[in-house]
Amino acid sequence: MTLKQFLNLEWKQYFRSSYWQKSIAINILLVFFALYFIVMFLFLGIALYPGLKEAFPDQDPLNIVNSYMFYYILIDLVLRFFFQKLPVMSVKPLLTLPVKRSRVVHYVLRKSVFSFFNFLPLFAFVPFSIMLLVNGYPTGSVLAWFFLTILMSLTINFLNFIIESFSSETELSFLPIIVIAGGLYALDFFNIVSISGLVAEAYASIFNNPIFLLVPLALLIGVYLLNHRLLKSKLYLDSSLKSKVETVNASAMEWTKRFGDIAPFLQLDLKLIWRNKRTKSSVWMLVLGLLYGLFFYPQEQMSSPPFYAFVGIFVTGIFLINFGQFIPAWDSGYYKMLMSQNIKYEQYLKSKFTLMAMSVILLFVLSIPYVYFGWEILVAHFAAAIYNIGVNTHVILIGGSYNRKKIDLNQRAAFNYQGTGAVQWLIGIPLMLLPLAIFAGVYYLANFEFACATLAAFGIIGIVLHPKLMTYITQRYTNSKYKMIDAFSQDT
Amino acid sequence: MIQTTALSKSYGSKTVLTINELHIPKGQSFGLVGNNGAGKTTYFSLLLDLIKPTTGQITNNGIIVSESEDWKPFTSAFIDESFLIGYLTPEEYFYFIGELRNQNKADVDALVAQFADFFHGEILNQKKYLRDLSKGNQKKVGIVAALIGNPEVIILDEPFANLDPTTQIRLKGIIKDLAEKQGVTVLVSSHDLLHVTDVCERIVVLEKGEVIKDLATNEATLKELEVHFSGETLV
Repeated sequence: MTLKQFLNLEWKQYFRSSYWQKSIAINILLVFFALYFIVMFLFLGIALYPGLKEAFPDQDPLNIVNSYMFYYILIDLVLRFFFQKLPVMSVKPLLTLPVKRSRVVHYVLRKSVFSFFNFLPLFAFVPFSIMLLVNGYPTGSVLAWFFLTILMSLTINFLNFIIESFSSETELSFLPIIVIAGGLYALDFFNIVSISGLVAEAYASIFNNPIFLLVPLALLIGVYLLNHRLLKSKLYLDSSLKSKVETVNASAMEWTKRFGDIAPFLQLDLKLIWRNKRTKSSVWMLVLGLLYGLFFYPQEQMSSPPFYAFVGIFVTGIFLINFGQFIPAWDSGYYKMLMSQNIKYEQYLKSKFTLMAMSVILLFVLSIPYVYFGWEILVAHFAAAIYNIGVNTHVILIGGSYNRKKIDLNQRAAFNYQGTGAVQWLIGIPLMLLPLAIFAGVYYLANFEFACATLAAFGIIGIVLHPKLMTYITQRYTNSKYKMIDAFSQDT
Repeated sequence: MIQTTALSKSYGSKTVLTINELHIPKGQSFGLVGNNGAGKTTYFSLLLDLIKPTTGQITNNGIIVSESEDWKPFTSAFIDESFLIGYLTPEEYFYFIGELRNQNKADVDALVAQFADFFHGEILNQKKYLRDLSKGNQKKVGIVAALIGNPEVIILDEPFANLDPTTQIRLKGIIKDLAEKQGVTVLVSSHDLLHVTDVCERIVVLEKGEVIKDLATNEATLKELEVHFSGETLV
């Protein structure tokens, strides 16, 4: 099998799925983001040298850049972990064909080199290197330094997949990366080992002595081969199968009965969340999301009221966004069955709504300790919670009626991280930015109390209109019933 | 019970099913046979309103299936594994379907208990999720789930495929019993001519989306079908 054939398969898989045809808006958004970052990096690359020269006239800008390389690498690694996923490929049909496993893995790994994450740094490093040359640095050294940044980018690229492949086997999938990145940062921060100094020295010595470039090159090859070995060993159908037969944790969940006719669906949703790895990870996300405020509130300059609303929407709405955006795709595996059963669409949707609303209330209660940073935060969180229940739940349900992408919960093939990546957060952005805009607008025009009241008022209007909105949403789902059934019965 | 009128389904310019008139009376065990692509699953999907008819309509007990959902309470089906919910145990799945069909746990237990021998001790109380069962066992769960809630119409697509011989024989007994003794209208499709002629009192042959034979089953039917299908392949 040649590279051309692989690419041909990929191309078809991508453009022939009904997902592609429906998600042009998301693709446009992604392109927009990409352009934004490209421009930012380009600007950074051009302005960095003169900027540093002006700010620190007595230091060598290159040395300053080198001394921050460690942090750059660390941030790059963490960001990649959350946003970059190993290219998905359905390998199962290939396993019985005369294609060497090793070749399949090589292909997947090489494909990952063409990730946007590997190109983005170039937009900063190329202009920066040119600035170095313009300012009279020796050409050979600058080239060596430039190649070093590329090698490091690729090393991080492959290192990330190694971490991901370990993470995907644990329940707390983001734990390894946090331990690794946090550990390295702590070592450096508390001056136990000055890693940032070491990294700076390493960059400097390669700049002075390009022959040392062989060291990162060896490192890159090592990481690549390790990655190759890891993935190859996973490329068996049974490797993920054998440990998979879980014992059942059954509970009757009698308490859901008080929700009346939506109880069966509520039970089903709770089982869905708890018994599938993908959905379970969104539960662990709650913990992470809940702590998100600690990132903002202790810092004086970040701790202004518009941030309260933003954090409030995020903290109380993390489950809503994470779970809600895949409605009804979570049920895509048996959607046909649901549609031929004796159910009311409205009950089905209402169960989802109830689940999301309950999560908002629960998360609001859990976020009460933030009152430590000021009572305004509690008020803003409360307003945000109401907004989430009244507006965002309905918005996300409406969004769901455009959902055409199947989620295969039973999927066991290697390389499948579908639905777990943080790219999904992109969809959450309008859900967070709109309330932020409302809040900030009113805050600057009037005051904090008015801003909270306005946000809450939107939420209350939504809650009051809930029955009407649900009828409208149900209608939307009924209208796209055939399309959804068709899309959900496709394999990719 | 089920009346099909001027029904057709096209994708673009390609018509995959045309049935001008087909009536299935109450309590009939009805078999649908045909080669791949003959339109069997398309017909069942239309009957369950999973796809939209291009023209015409199907009425189920007087209800036009593509316009009202009132046929759902008395109709049940098992088309393929996508009707199962992988992360539930068989028991939980039965209870879930039961709740959707207004059956309490005791009702469901009583019904499922009748199929203990059908399950061969491999399904109940195994503490396994449906996704971890073998294809054949999954199928058994799906078929039994389709019997929950005393449906008047049961639709089974390829029920015999993937089952072991013992289970096939038991399933035939179950289907016959449903139609003969309980007056349930059973619609079955199959590639296995022997099974269909055993089970169904009426057999319709579909070819390229059209009804080309409509037979009341008797001793000669199997022979007739075999001749028909072997003739087709020779041409």
